[in-house]
Amino acid sequence: MSKADGTIKIGLEVHTQLTSLKSKLFCSCSSDYRGKEPNSVVCPVCLGLPGSLPVLNKKAVEYAVMAALAFNCKISKRMFFFRKNYYYPDLPKNFQITQYDKAGGVPLATNGYLYIGEQGKRKKIKISRIHLEEDPGRLVHLGPIDQSPYTLVDYNRSGIALLETVTEPDMNSPREARVFLQKLRSVLEHLGIFDGSLEGAMRCDANISLAGGTRVEVKNISSFKEVERALSFEIMRQKGLLERGVAVKRETRHWDATRRITVSLRTKEEEQDYRYFPEPDLVPIELSEEYINKVRSMMPELPDDRMKRFMSSYGLPRYDAGVLVSSKALADFFEECVKLYNKPKDISNWMMSDLLRYLYENNLELQESKITPEKLVEMIRLIDEDVISGKIAKRILPKIILTGKPPRKIVEEEGMMKITDRQVLSELIDRVFSENPKAVKDALVDEKAVHYLIGQLMKKTEGKADPSLAAKMVNEKLHSIKKKT
Amino acid sequence: MPKPYEISAEEAAVKIRTQELTAEEYVASVFNRITQIEKRINAFITLTKQTALQTARQIDEKIRKGEKLGCLAGIPIAVKDNICTRGVRTTCSSRMLKDFVPPYDATVIEKLINQDAVIIGKTNMDEFAMGTTTETSYFGATHNPWNLKKVPGGSSGGSAAAVTAEETPLALGSDTGGSVRCPASYCSTVGLKPTYGLVSRYGLISYANSLEQIGPLARNVYDCALLLSVISGHDARDSTSVNMPPSDYTAFLKNDVKGLKIGVPQEFLGEGVEDAVRKAVWDAVNLLETLGAEYEEVTVPTMRHALPAYYIVAMSEASSNLARYDGLRYGFRVKKDDGDWSTIYAEDRRAGFGTEVRRRIILGTYALSAGYYDEYYLKALRVRTLIRRDFEKALKKCDVLVGPTMPILPFNLGEKIDDPLALYMCDVLTVPANLTGYPAASIPCGFKNGLPIGLQIIGKPFDEGTILRVAYTFERNTDFHKRRPIL
Repeated sequence: MSKADGTIKIGLEVHTQLTSLKSKLFCSCSSDYRGKEPNSVVCPVCLGLPGSLPVLNKKAVEYAVMAALAFNCKISKRMFFFRKNYYYPDLPKNFQITQYDKAGGVPLATNGYLYIGEQGKRKKIKISRIHLEEDPGRLVHLGPIDQSPYTLVDYNRSGIALLETVTEPDMNSPREARVFLQKLRSVLEHLGIFDGSLEGAMRCDANISLAGGTRVEVKNISSFKEVERALSFEIMRQKGLLERGVAVKRETRHWDATRRITVSLRTKEEEQDYRYFPEPDLVPIELSEEYINKVRSMMPELPDDRMKRFMSSYGLPRYDAGVLVSSKALADFFEECVKLYNKPKDISNWMMSDLLRYLYENNLELQESKITPEKLVEMIRLIDEDVISGKIAKRILPKIILTGKPPRKIVEEEGMMKITDRQVLSELIDRVFSENPKAVKDALVDEKAVHYLIGQLMKKTEGKADPSLAAKMVNEKLHSIKKKT
Repeated sequence: MPKPYEISAEEAAVKIRTQELTAEEYVASVFNRITQIEKRINAFITLTKQTALQTARQIDEKIRKGEKLGCLAGIPIAVKDNICTRGVRTTCSSRMLKDFVPPYDATVIEKLINQDAVIIGKTNMDEFAMGTTTETSYFGATHNPWNLKKVPGGSSGGSAAAVTAEETPLALGSDTGGSVRCPASYCSTVGLKPTYGLVSRYGLISYANSLEQIGPLARNVYDCALLLSVISGHDARDSTSVNMPPSDYTAFLKNDVKGLKIGVPQEFLGEGVEDAVRKAVWDAVNLLETLGAEYEEVTVPTMRHALPAYYIVAMSEASSNLARYDGLRYGFRVKKDDGDWSTIYAEDRRAGFGTEVRRRIILGTYALSAGYYDEYYLKALRVRTLIRRDFEKALKKCDVLVGPTMPILPFNLGEKIDDPLALYMCDVLTVPANLTGYPAASIPCGFKNGLPIGLQIIGKPFDEGTILRVAYTFERNTDFHKRRPIL
C-alpha cells in the first residue's frame, strides 16, 4: 500500500428505512411495499395529492430516538421538520419533508459515535447527526436509464420512513467504511427497527478526500457490499488524477453499479438551493427527559454488550465474539444453537469457519440460506456421536445450506456414515496393501509411507473410514507383516 | 310567501323537518334561481344538480321513514373550488387543475355529508386563492350581485356572490389573508375566519398553510354559526387542528352586548380608509355602545408591518405548495411528447398557471433562496410574533376588536387587476387575523351608493362565540342583512 492511504478520509451519509414500522412516516399506508403492484400501496398523503396533509408516525419517532440513544447522541429537546424543495419526478410534492440543521432547524440528535472493531483494534467513528425523513418514489426504466424509451414512476415507496445518519470523515479506508456500515446495520437490527436483508433498505452516499485535498461526494451506493467497491474505484480515480498533476474537482459523482465506475453528476457551482423552511403542516414535538427515559428502558441488548456477554458466558475469544455480533441474524443463530446444544465453542468454530466462508463466497445472507440452528446442531451431534467425521461434515454443510435437508438424512441417503466395521475395514486395507506393494515395503521403515497408505484407504472410502480406527488397523497390519518377516 | 330559495338555512331546516317543505323542493328552487341569474354572476365553476337532487330525495325519504337526521338536512351548500370533493372536479380556478377530480373528500365535506347537507356545486375563486377580486380565475371573473360592474371581492368571491344572490343559503370559503371576509364585506354577507386550528384543513388545497382556514358564509349570523358548528372540531388528519370538544355556536347568539368591551384599533381607521367606510364603522360602534357595550380606542403599532410580513410568508409557502403541479399528475400537459423532464415541467408550469400565481411563486422562491432567507422569511416570522403580541395585548383589555373589513368600497372589474400592489393594499386590514391566527368575522354594516360596507370583528383565540354574539346583537338591531340585490 502506498503512503497516501493513511490520509484517505471518508465520511458517510447513510439512509436506512425503518423497516419494522407498520405504516409510512406521514400516512397510514402499509410500509410493506416490496413486490406489490406499482402504485397500489398509496393514498392521497403519500401521493402528495392537493389538499392532503402529513401526520407524523409516533412509532417512527420512538425508533429514531432509540437509534439516537444507541449511537450515543445528544437528543434535541424539540423535534420539527423542514421542507427541502427540489424538482424531481420521483418526488410527488416536489419537496421532501426532512429535518435540517440550519435556518433555525435542529436535527433529531447530534454528536454521537459508534465503535468499530478491526483486527482486534477498536476505533471510534463520530456521528455528527441523525434525523428522520421521507423516502421518495421509485423511477423505473426499461433497460439502462439513457436508453429507456420512457420513465415510469412507482409511488409505493413514497413516504417510507428513513433514518439518515451522517458521520464525520473518520474512516480511512473503504474497508473501514464497510465495517462501519455493518456495525450500523447490526445496531439497528439489534434495536429491532431495521431489517438489512430487504432490498434497498440501506443506501448510502460517501464523501471522500485524499491527502487533505478536495472532497468528492459519491451518491447512489445501494448496499454495504458496494461501498467498498465504489470507494476503491473513487480512490483509484483520484490518485490517477493527482499522479498526472490534475486537481481533483469538488463535485458530486454517481456510482454506476453495473459499469462499476463513478460518473460526474454536478460540480459545486451547480449545487442546488433547496430553499429549506419549516414544514407548516406539522407541529413541533417536545422530546421530554421522561419520554427519552421511557424509550431507553425499552431498548434491547446492543451488539457491544452482547459481544462482552459472548466472551464471558461462552468463553469465546474477542475476535470470534466480534464477528458473531456483527450481524444480529448471526448472533441470534449462534445463541439458538447454544440453547439446543451447549457446545458454544464448537458451534462458534463451525459458524466462523465453514458456514461464514460459504455464505461469503456465494454472496448469500444467512437469512437467504436454508440452514437453521437445529440443522447445524444436528450436524455437530453427528460428529460427536461418531456417525460422521469432521471431513464429511465439511462436505455436507453446503448441502444443508442450499437444500435445508436434515443432516442425518443427507448422511443416510449418500451413505456417508463412518465405516467403523473392522471386518469391512480389514478387507479394504487388504486391497490397499495389495495394490501398493512398494508403499507397504517402505511403510515398514518410513512413517511417511504409513500416512500414504491411510490416505489411500480414506480415498477408497471417500473419507468415510473412521480415521483413528483406520490408522490403528493399518499399523496393526504393518506390525503383523513385520513380525512375519 | 317567500320563494323557497329566499329563506334562510335556519328556517328551511325546520320546514323540511316538519315536512312543510321537501328537501327536493328547496334544492330545486335553488337550482331554478341559479338558472335565472348565474349567467350574470358567474359564481359557480361546477354545478352538481343531478346528485344534489338525488341526495335531497334520499333525505326526504329519511324524513318520511322518521330516521335520524343531521342538523343541515336538506340544506343546499356551495363549496369553494379549492376544497376537495370526491368525484367532483376541484380546479382551484386554475388551468393546471381544470380536469382534476379528487379521489377523496375534505374533512369538512365529510362533516357536511354526515349532517345531511346537500352540496350543489363548486364556486369560483381567484386562482389558487391568490387575489382579492376573483378576477384571476381561469373560468372568468365573478360579478358583484349588487352592481355587476364591480368586483365581488376575493378570493372566495363565488361563494359570497352565490350567497347574497340567493343561489344558496350557505357556502364555504377559505381565508388566507381575508379571502372569506373580503367578499363577505363586498357582497354584504356574514363571513367568518375561524381561529387557526379550529377547522380541519385536510382536503383544502394549500395556498399558505400556516395562515389559512376554511370558513362559513351565510346571509345571517345564525346560519353562519350553524355552519361553523358543523365544520369545526378536531381532526387527526390535520396535525395543526386543535383538540377541543365540539361546540354549538348557535348557543352564543344572545341579543345582548351589555358589559362587553369593544376595542377600536386606531390603525384600522387611519390613512387609506374611505370616508364612507369610516363613517359606517363609527356608526356601528356607536350603536353597540347604545346597546350597552363599552368601547375604547386601542393601538396595535406593529400593524404597519403586517402586509409585507403576510406577503412574504404567504408567497414563500405558496412557492413550495404549488411545486407539485408539474404536468406529470393532474391532467394538464401542454405537449404530450418527449423532451427532458425539466423542460416539460417548465413549459407546463408556464402555461398552466396565470400571471398572479406565477408572480407569487417567483417572489416566494426568491424570499426562500440562500442568502435571502434570513432577511425575508425569518424576519417575517419575527414580525409575525410581534404583531401577535400587539393583538394579544389589545385583546387583554377588550372582548373584541372592531374595524372595517375593507378600507375601500367595491371597485370596478378590471380597475386594479394590472396593479398588483394596489390590490395587495386592499388586504391591509384582513391579514392581521391570519398572521395572528385569531378569529375574525365580517358582517354587513352599511351601504354607500348601493355598495356594501362590512364591519370586521376580531376576537380572542377560540372565542368565536363572543364574535358571533356581538354580530348577532348588531344584526338584531339593524336591517342591513335584510337588503337583497336587485337581479
